[in-house]
Amino acid sequence: MEVLGKLVSKVLKSLAPSVPERGRGMVYVGLGIVLAVVFMAAAAPLLTPYDPTKSVADPFLPPSWGHPCGTNKLGMDMWSRIVYGARTVLYVVFSAIALSMAVGVPLGLISGYFGGKVDRVLSMVMDAIYAFPSLVLAITLAVALGPSLVNAAIAIAVVYVPTYFRMVRGQVLSIKEELFVEMTRVLGLPTKDILFKHILPHLLPTIMVVFSLSATDAVLTEAALSYLGLSVQFPTPDWGYDLYRGKGFVLSGYWWLIFFPGLMITLLAAGFALVGEGLSEQVRREVM
Amino acid sequence: MEPLLKVEDLTVYYFTRKGVVRAVEDVNLEAYAGDAVALVGESGSGKSTLGYALLKIIPPPGRIVKGRVVIDGVDVTSLEGEELRRVRGSLVSIVFQDPFTTLDPVRRVGDQVAEVLTEHGVPKEEARARVKELLTSVGLPPRLFNAYPHQLSGGQRQRVAIAMAVALKPKVIVADEPTTALDVVVQRQIMDLLDRIRASGATIVLITHDIALAAERATKIAVMYAGRIVEYGPKDEVLNSPQHPYTKGLLASVPTLESSEWPKPIPGVPPDLRNPPPGCRFWPRCPYATDECRRYLPKLVRVGPNHYVACLMVGR
Amino acid sequence: MGLGRYVATRALLIIPTVLILYTLVFLILRVLPGNPVIAALGTKNIPPEQLHKLMAELGLNKPLYVQYFDYLWRVLHGDFGTSMVIRGRSITADILERLPATIELSVAGLIVSLVIGLLTGLGASVKKDTPVDAGLRIFGAVTYTLFIPWLGLLFQLIFGVWLHLLPVSGRIDPSIQLKTVTGFYILDSIITHNWVALKSCLAHLILPAITLGLVLSGPYTRLVRSNMIKQLESNYVFAYLARGVRNRKVIMHALRNALIPVVTYAGLQFALLLGGAVLTETTYDWPGIGTYLVEKVSYRDYPAVQAVVIVFAFFVGLISLIVDLIYAFLDPRIRY
Repeated sequence: MEVLGKLVSKVLKSLAPSVPERGRGMVYVGLGIVLAVVFMAAAAPLLTPYDPTKSVADPFLPPSWGHPCGTNKLGMDMWSRIVYGARTVLYVVFSAIALSMAVGVPLGLISGYFGGKVDRVLSMVMDAIYAFPSLVLAITLAVALGPSLVNAAIAIAVVYVPTYFRMVRGQVLSIKEELFVEMTRVLGLPTKDILFKHILPHLLPTIMVVFSLSATDAVLTEAALSYLGLSVQFPTPDWGYDLYRGKGFVLSGYWWLIFFPGLMITLLAAGFALVGEGLSEQVRREVM
Repeated sequence: MEPLLKVEDLTVYYFTRKGVVRAVEDVNLEAYAGDAVALVGESGSGKSTLGYALLKIIPPPGRIVKGRVVIDGVDVTSLEGEELRRVRGSLVSIVFQDPFTTLDPVRRVGDQVAEVLTEHGVPKEEARARVKELLTSVGLPPRLFNAYPHQLSGGQRQRVAIAMAVALKPKVIVADEPTTALDVVVQRQIMDLLDRIRASGATIVLITHDIALAAERATKIAVMYAGRIVEYGPKDEVLNSPQHPYTKGLLASVPTLESSEWPKPIPGVPPDLRNPPPGCRFWPRCPYATDECRRYLPKLVRVGPNHYVACLMVGR
Repeated sequence: MGLGRYVATRALLIIPTVLILYTLVFLILRVLPGNPVIAALGTKNIPPEQLHKLMAELGLNKPLYVQYFDYLWRVLHGDFGTSMVIRGRSITADILERLPATIELSVAGLIVSLVIGLLTGLGASVKKDTPVDAGLRIFGAVTYTLFIPWLGLLFQLIFGVWLHLLPVSGRIDPSIQLKTVTGFYILDSIITHNWVALKSCLAHLILPAITLGLVLSGPYTRLVRSNMIKQLESNYVFAYLARGVRNRKVIMHALRNALIPVVTYAGLQFALLLGGAVLTETTYDWPGIGTYLVEKVSYRDYPAVQAVVIVFAFFVGLISLIVDLIYAFLDPRIRY
């Protein structure tokens, strides 16, 4: 958590002077939301006295002072499940994206830089995956791997590898011809260095934009997987899972079972989306 | 005989975020049926704006601030909304400079010409027939009705534009650099076409930076500088006895086959129209400028039958 | 190039894509850990001979590459095999039965998306740089983050439970008899002049279509707006006005130019539409391929899951081909 905080503020500071008016506002609002959720996850025990996996009150209690989000079928406090659910969601989302980047970025770099048959084959495969509905692919993977948090993270990671791959490859292709790259070749620098020390830094702005936009997607995909019963297992708190459980009671009018979990999903996704939008406005302006 | 086109004290400003651009100021002009008035000047002199003003189609943030444009007795500047729309294309029309971007790329050429007619009350069937006639009259085979703009050459597209401009037989046709984007051979054909149109009684306002073209085709020449008319008169008079220093400079800067000297460009650059100099706008570049020129804005003064000049030094 | 050759070229490109996806899905479902039969039966306690017998029946004991081509061959002949869980039930029949429902929902959702995108984009472009513009743009950026099941369930709560206005599940009131000719209930009710059924179908379609369409409309708002602005600022629009063409007509002409990239985008986003349809179907108990997939997934019915994925891959390819066709139709510059 500490490391994350430091990283985030470092990114913020490096962005601040160059983000233009509208973009800056969006980035800050979005970042605010995301950080609020991170805080929620980190400070969970401080925010609620209850254990989210245990029954602590009567079932189906509507929101009240004691239980701001009501209780579910088993008498678990929904607010606790929301707060601890943040941990589950953030865990899956961040690990999935980290994995995605770890695979997609290097592949994109290599493919874009070296070209040739490898590039062509890889591109075709990545394009095929990219064109396919990501949710369906994630479902298939989750099925094959078995329902668990880790497997959900892997499934999501696989789905977004092509996104990173294409973005990085595209950028590499356009940067490849620039003078400074020629220079590194002339200087005889080892290829590994060229790729990672010289080309990669130029891709950071784009990678950040893709990061936030894929984070948005990842939140929604994770929620979808657990909504379909393919990721977490009872009684782990997770927003999508709570929606899955609460769905059956809509007709009985127990709105709080679905309202709060779903709200959090949308809120977190929107937070990432705003950051992504704001950042991409900045990148666009720099390009222009 | 009453002039077909009368421009009185026309002033057009563009109200931009970076200041007010005084694009056209105190322009006075007259032209008769069958005239070809050439508006000559450098880029930025306001000639295109003046041309657009004749249709009252100044794009925002521009506006006609003062003055009138009267065509065949109709005060165009006073018209709004539906009345204005009806007048455009039927009373006065325009042919633009770039034939490659002024036609709708996804519609057939014939449909676009027909639309000019139908939008002004001509029934569809009649319009289609007239379009075929129009195409022929501008020198295009009628089967091109079904062609798309990208299938036609620049010269052909410009002819289509001319067909649209004459479809409703307007009294005044503004031609804004109609041949600049085309090669010389096509240029001649287009200008011949415009001559024929003029012969049928319309007035052409030819906007151009090419004095040679003006010399060839115009009946009257209006020289514009920094948004104002500095000299205006019958072609022969303006060309053979130019009175304004700018006109003289312009003529001297055009290479000819006869002279053996290098053409002389006019030193300096046109003023920023957000902040034009007080007094005569040409004085910074004028070889005859005096202190008086710096302080007083010259008005158009008559120096011959139908020949006017705006210069304080005239006659001296 | 001519329309025919253009179409043929584009059609050929679908094949490698579908093949790659087939291979991918095959690998995922067969290669990944876990014996499918055990997973399907849910228990590890099967006597070995019986296990082998079951696997032989399902062809699972043959070498992988044989299974790969075997299945591919059969799929090309339209045979998706039989369900592993519900013995003997033809997957192909199941899919064909459910496909129209998904198509109906997807098309309805797409229409809603386009309408919303068109109206908001047009409004934003015409009122450019005003608060209306900013508001509509933010709207466009945010709708994507609405979690479909959440939106759907809220709609059901509001319109179904609290207001009793609209039905919340299924395609049609179960008490209504409808003769199915095409499988597309809306078409069928029109064909058989069954107006009661038509009303019921539409009522059942509204909420799911709006849910799906609203969430996916964002990009269209942005696209329509930026393209309209580009068109409205172009020379030919100025020329139209100079000729005295009425404002409304000019906007229509500009719109036609502006819509060309929108159509292409609709095709590219078809994958998103399908994904969204899956979520929408499960939320509204809409009997389409989406719910079929989820059902089969929960039963670990691998052959069925594989079949659905292949169908999806095929459709994605098909739609991109259709989009290319529409694009060629709209923009004459491509054809000639």
